[in-house]
Formats: sequence, C-alpha cells, structure tokens
Amino acid sequence: MAGEFSKFEVQEIVIPEGKLQMRIAGEGEPLLLLHGELGFPGWMGYHRTLSEQFRVMAPSHPGYDGSDRLDWAMHVSDIAGVYLQILDDLELSGIKMMGFSMGGWLAAEMAAMDPGKFSKLVLVGPMGVKPEKGEIYDLFLNLATEFLEESFLDPDSVEEYATIRPSEPSPEQEEVWEVGREQSARLAWKPFMYNPTLPHLLRRLKTLQTLIISGKQDSIVPFDSLRIYNESIPGSSLSLIDQSGHRPEIEKPEDFLKVVTNFLK
Amino acid sequence: MFIGHFTERPYQDPKSGYFGATGKSIKDLTVSNDIYDPMLGSDLYNRYLDEKIYAEEMGFDGLMLNEHHSSPFCMGSTVNVEASILARITSKAKIVLLGNVLPIWDDPLWLVEQLATIDMISKGRLVSGWVRGTARESVAHNSPPAYNWERFQEAHEFIIKAWTEPGPFRWEGKHYQYRYVNPWVRPYQKPHPPIMLPGVVSRDSVVWAARQRIPYVMLATQLEPTRQSFEVYKETAREEGYEAGPQNFGYLWKVHVDETEELAEEVARKFVQGPSNPFNAGNEGTANPALNKLPGMTSRRRTLPTAQVATANRGGQLSRSFEDQVDDHTIIFGTPKTVIPKIRHVLEYLRPGSVFFWDGDGAMTHDDQMRSLRLMGEEVLPAVREIADELELPSSFEVDPKTGKKFDAMESETPDEIAATPGD
Repeated sequence: MAGEFSKFEVQEIVIPEGKLQMRIAGEGEPLLLLHGELGFPGWMGYHRTLSEQFRVMAPSHPGYDGSDRLDWAMHVSDIAGVYLQILDDLELSGIKMMGFSMGGWLAAEMAAMDPGKFSKLVLVGPMGVKPEKGEIYDLFLNLATEFLEESFLDPDSVEEYATIRPSEPSPEQEEVWEVGREQSARLAWKPFMYNPTLPHLLRRLKTLQTLIISGKQDSIVPFDSLRIYNESIPGSSLSLIDQSGHRPEIEKPEDFLKVVTNFLK
Repeated sequence: MFIGHFTERPYQDPKSGYFGATGKSIKDLTVSNDIYDPMLGSDLYNRYLDEKIYAEEMGFDGLMLNEHHSSPFCMGSTVNVEASILARITSKAKIVLLGNVLPIWDDPLWLVEQLATIDMISKGRLVSGWVRGTARESVAHNSPPAYNWERFQEAHEFIIKAWTEPGPFRWEGKHYQYRYVNPWVRPYQKPHPPIMLPGVVSRDSVVWAARQRIPYVMLATQLEPTRQSFEVYKETAREEGYEAGPQNFGYLWKVHVDETEELAEEVARKFVQGPSNPFNAGNEGTANPALNKLPGMTSRRRTLPTAQVATANRGGQLSRSFEDQVDDHTIIFGTPKTVIPKIRHVLEYLRPGSVFFWDGDGAMTHDDQMRSLRLMGEEVLPAVREIADELELPSSFEVDPKTGKKFDAMESETPDEIAATPGD
C-alpha cells in the first residue's frame, strides 16, 4: 500500500475555484505524472522508481480523489487549460510530462496547446483519439472492478494487482472509483473518450520528443489509437511492452521503466 | 379524487423464452431486439390503445403513459406518439404522461412543440409529467448521466418559458442554446398543461417538485416509505411558505379486479410473471450492476426513504414475493366488494389526491384487463370517489397545488388569451 513507500509529501495547489492535491517526491528535473480515469491509483512502484531520478509531481485532477471539482469544466481540454495555468503559476517550463490512459489524453491536449512548455512527453495507453479499427473499452457501462480486471493481461502475475484491484475493495476505495468515474463521465461521456479534433492539433508537436507506449495486449485502448497518435505527432516513437495489457507501468514495471527512463534521459 | 389507469405495455411474447412464470429472467440491456416480432408488436400496441379507450369509457379520469427505452418490459419508447393517438381517439379523459424523460432530449424545443400539439388536438387534456429517467434511458440515448439533473432543470425552465412567453426569444443556457424560439403551436391550456413529477428515489426531485409546487406521484413504492417521502415534500412546502395537501400527492400501485376471488388471485399473480421488469417487484429480472452505477446518474448521498427499497428492487436483491406485496397492499386484488376496503386503507394511509391503478401488466391478457376495467367502472371507481370525498382528498385538478385554493372560481380561458399572459 501507499504508506509503505510514503516518501512523498502532499501539497495543496490553490486555483481560483478550489484546491487540488499534488503528491511530490524526489529531486531532480520535474516530471509531471497525470493519472487516468479512476483517479490517483496510489503510490505505486513506478512512482517510487521514477522519484529516484526525477522530482515527481503527481496531482489529482479537478474532481478526482480529494481535488475540488470545477463545475464549468466539461471537456478534457478544460482541465488541460487549468494545468497550464498551474504550471505558469509554479513558473515551470520545459518539463517532462507523462500521462496514463485518460491522463495520456490530458497530457496530449496540454502539449498541443503549449508545446514549448514541455521537453519530453510520454503517453501511456492514451485515450483521446478515436481508433479507425476497434473501440475504446466502455468503462461507463462496466464496473470499476471489471475495468481494472480488463486492464491487465495476466492479473495473477502482477505483483501490485491486489493494491490496484483489491479482492474486496473497501467502501472508501469504491467511493474513490465512483468519484473518478463520475468526473470522467462529466468530461468524456460523448464523444466517448476522444476529441475528434485532437489528431489535427497534435501536428504542432514537431519539436517535442514524444514516446507513445502501451502493452502489446492492451484491450482497453486499441492499437489503432496509438498508431494515429504516432502518425499525428511528427517524430514520435511507439513502443509496445510484450505480455502486458493496458497498464504496463504496473503489469511489466521493469520493462516499462527501462524504456521510459531511457527516453526521459 | 383523480383516478388514472396505467400499464407498462409489456412486450408479451410467449415464444421469446423471456415470458411467464418459468421464463428466463432478463438482465437489463442485455436482450437483443433480434427476437422482436413486428406482427406481435403491432398487435400489442393496438391492444394497449384499445384498453385505454375502454378505460375512458369506464370512467377513468386519466390515461397514464410512461416511457422507457430498449427494454421489453415497456413498449412505450415514444410516449408522445401514443399520447398523440389518444388525443384523437379519446374525448374526455386526461392524457397523463409520467413522463417525458427531459434530460435525454438534446433539443427540448421538439418537446415544446410536440406536447403543445397534443394539447391542441386533445382540446386541453394533456397532463405533462417529467422524469429524469433511469440509467437505461441515458444509455439508450447516450445522454450524459452526470448532467442529468442539470439538464432536467434547464429543459423544464426552457419548456415552461416557451409555452408561456411570447416569442421570439433567445435561450443561452448551459446545456441548451437557441437563437429563435417562436414555436407555431401553443398549449391549449393556460398558462400551460399541468405538470406532474413521478419518482421513486431522488430527494433532489421531490424537494424540487415541492419548491415548484408541482404534484409528486410516487410509483409503486411501499406505503410507509411513500408516506415519509410525502413528508419530505410537506416539510419543503412549509419552508416555501405553503401547506401541501392531497392535491400535491399522487400514488400509483397495482390493483386488479375480477369476477371471483379465485380468478382475481389467479390473474393478479400474472403481475409477477411476463417479461422481467425492474420496477415490478417479484419479477425484477437480473440486475445489471453497471447500470445501477452509471457514473453521476444519482447523487450518492441524497436519496429518499423509498430509495433503499426501490434501488434494492432494481438490484434484484430485495425481490418481494407476491404474498408480501399482497400483505402490505402494494398489490391489491379481489372482487369489487373486497378490493374497495383495501383501496380505502391506502387512501387513508397516504392521503393522495390522485391515484393510478397499475393493471393489465406482466402476463395479463387483454381479456384479463378488460374484465377488470369493466368491474372498476361499474363498481370500484364510484365507491373510491365516495371514499375520497368522505376523506377529503381533492386532486390537483380540483384544488390548485400552488395555492391550496379550489379551482371552481376560476374561469376557463380561451387560447386567444394565452399569448397576452406571460409567466408561469
């Protein structure tokens, strides 16, 4: 559980309409980590490893976990705009950013809006782009637990699986998931989990080094979405981690971190 | 007292395997319409319209329709189409829609126009209820559940304005925007068709109804939690500075009348047969837990006393037996002689000004329904009216739910005057 490796501190980020939680750990260059559709997953092994090399900044987006909801925000791009304002306020620029799943979409929106703010971009199993082949898994018509189960190729082999998907989730855990699902539905119910204009806007990322990565057996976001990201972002590279589903950072953390830290160097 | 007739209009197909006491139970939103038999569907739609005509003939004040989507238990997916037909083929009874699912309409100007047209053709017999809809409605029409309540409120405000204020006007809302609102059809009734709000679960909506002084109809909920929910309405009314009475309350429940006690029981048992219906206790089918947890659909902390029961029923975890429902009067059956005192008990307990008898449902046949309607008309309705008079239970059509004053003194107004009187 998070407490075991709780070498992070939680800071409060004040924005005009509320407060956000931000977890911070480590020294070095800032690395902004953006969580996915169920909220912050807990302080996992990959957070710990990354914080050995970077100053990891892991916020909870508005409306997720303990961060205040912004009633006016109805699109992922709205949240992207909020984060860019926060980075302005923190006087951060040229930073590295990594987003997971729906957080990958958020990261892509932020980068498209303000590419100069970032030095490197990692999109992990990013939602946000409509695949021409296949469909993004419908997490609103399935339970959070079902979604998590579907996110791994071989749950039995995953060390941290019991952390991410407890066999008997506590009411508090259920509540975190439901709060996250509700906020995700507020942002991405229709069109479901994509922005039809995003591929066109991503062409702006000519000079931003971008890595698109997921599990080779990802059954949440079709490979075709990754292909379109790859083709839309000039010079981006695509990496697939074998024997992993949608969450390679948890299912194959060593393979994942090897590729990612090499890219982020 | 206002007495209405209701059935869900189930898709009754003995061949489907999803029918009858031994049929497979249906899991919500998992049955393909590949099994839909158009010939059967056509017969059933016409049957249910015929029953409404007969209900009017037998003296029912209201013909109630509801709307659900993509589910065999209710064929009424376009309630305004059925209401349009009733507008022309009936002549006295009010057409009570409980109701249109406001949040799933992306363009509520269609509702403004359709409902005003129904009011025109029926010569002012439309009672226009709203619902937020269940999760299946949001899923079927891909309407964002997290904005369901916001869209409900905004659509209501927009429709009332479009019915009551002269156009053209602009509407720049959060969820709906129009630059030219000027529908060339206006409601027959003034200031607009009466609104009712049916519900089972949401505290938000009962409080909202009380604030708007809109009558609230509880749908087939158990008596004590229903009474408690009416108390929530009454408390809100007091905060708003008025006293809610029977005219502010309606109650729908299952009542079947037949020629003998034996036949009545045999037929009443069909309530819990037929295609599974998540609202029909005893035959709810298998819950789809993902639908119960549709993100943002219901505020998780603001529910009514009935919610636990209603949602448990929807979850199939609290399937109440036929006998239990008979014991607590949520199913009433018998001959007119035995049914009347049981109805009296419900009226005394809840003191509603409007009641809706839910009949002809589940696996009941057309003949079952017609016998019941005849006996209701001949014996039950007159007796219920007498009881209601004795208990002083005026409906929202006799006493204004907004003011508590009788309507008698009010003059009927002509459509010509509507345009000159803006405001609700």
